[in-house]
Amino acid sequence: MILVISICKEKLHELEFVKPIEEILRKGRIRFCTKHYRDLKKKDIDNAQKIIICGTSLRDNNYLEHLGKFEWIKDYKKPVLGICGGMQVIGLRFGGKLKQNTEIGFAKIRFNKAFLGFDGEKEVYELHNYYVDGLKDLDIFAKTKFAQAIKHKKKEIYGVLFHPEVRQKEIVLNFAEK
Amino acid sequence: MKLASLFSGGKDSCLALFLAKKAGHEIACLIAIESENKESYMFHVPSISQVKKQAEAMNIPLIRQKTKGKKEAELKDLEKAIKLAKEKYGVEGVVTGAVESVYQASRIQKITNDLDLECFNPLWQKDQLELLNDLIKNKFEVVITGVFAYPLTKEWLGRKIDKKFIEDAKTLYEKYKINPAGEGGEFESFVLYCPIFRKKLEMKNKKIFGEKNSWRMEAEF
Repeated sequence: MILVISICKEKLHELEFVKPIEEILRKGRIRFCTKHYRDLKKKDIDNAQKIIICGTSLRDNNYLEHLGKFEWIKDYKKPVLGICGGMQVIGLRFGGKLKQNTEIGFAKIRFNKAFLGFDGEKEVYELHNYYVDGLKDLDIFAKTKFAQAIKHKKKEIYGVLFHPEVRQKEIVLNFAEK
Repeated sequence: MKLASLFSGGKDSCLALFLAKKAGHEIACLIAIESENKESYMFHVPSISQVKKQAEAMNIPLIRQKTKGKKEAELKDLEKAIKLAKEKYGVEGVVTGAVESVYQASRIQKITNDLDLECFNPLWQKDQLELLNDLIKNKFEVVITGVFAYPLTKEWLGRKIDKKFIEDAKTLYEKYKINPAGEGGEFESFVLYCPIFRKKLEMKNKKIFGEKNSWRMEAEF
């Protein structure tokens, strides 16, 4: 069972940032359940085999005021994939700093090492006002001026700044089926 | 949250507005862009002059913004209309019916971000058949007002989106790769009724224009 975590402040944004991830899992016949980070219990995290932390809208930074709810990430031993805001949460939990930079629309990025089945140049969809810099314990697998795809040096903890639910959906499936 | 709806009169913008209202948001105004360019990538053109009737049926004020429809100038016109919605109605965000078009969605995201407004796209990446089924489930009455791709003919004009329509759309997709929800501009729709309309709109004096696989229907309501 994959635990899908929403970080959206507004429920309506879940149709845009969480539901497309659920659809990818549903089409891949992968079992999942979805929870908002505010409602997470220890048993939800313990029972999950993998966790996906979805993104949220450009102007929704509410989750950044509740990073304490994500303290579990540092000691978590099972695979995690953070998308956009979810990657920022992972980066911040591993000592990164939040920096401002807006990117909206398609961009070409190059994976310099194999990342969840991806290699070489790919077109991705960007939608963010912030990114994380100064990452500790995390390797960068793709970057523009800053990290676009990261993985923990020792653990199966991944992050992507772009939105694979719009382009490169296979990243989600590859993570889920790995 | 107080929102402006980017509204074309078609099924997607109307369903998005309906979902926003259902989630507890207030729709303070509709924004309709009237493009003189019938090939506009940004805006759905047919029946836009009839949007006024839909606004009246929902009792929501309407901001109508004309544009010549030239690529970047139409974005300036859209920005002008959104800015007016912010100043006049105090909206804190917009809701759009964007489904697949990154071209359309990313331009709206840039404008709203620059204006410090939230942007909601509740149909984003939605399965096209699920979208059509949601219209039926939520008791929308939607008619086809334009067809613009082979093998669609004028016989499709005026058809209601019902179970039979979805079956036919599915067949067209399997045979000709025509997007079942018309996302590639293959067809255009107009909403006659949805649960937030106070009355159902009736079509009168229908007129049909076109040739081969490009047909448009205009009507009074």
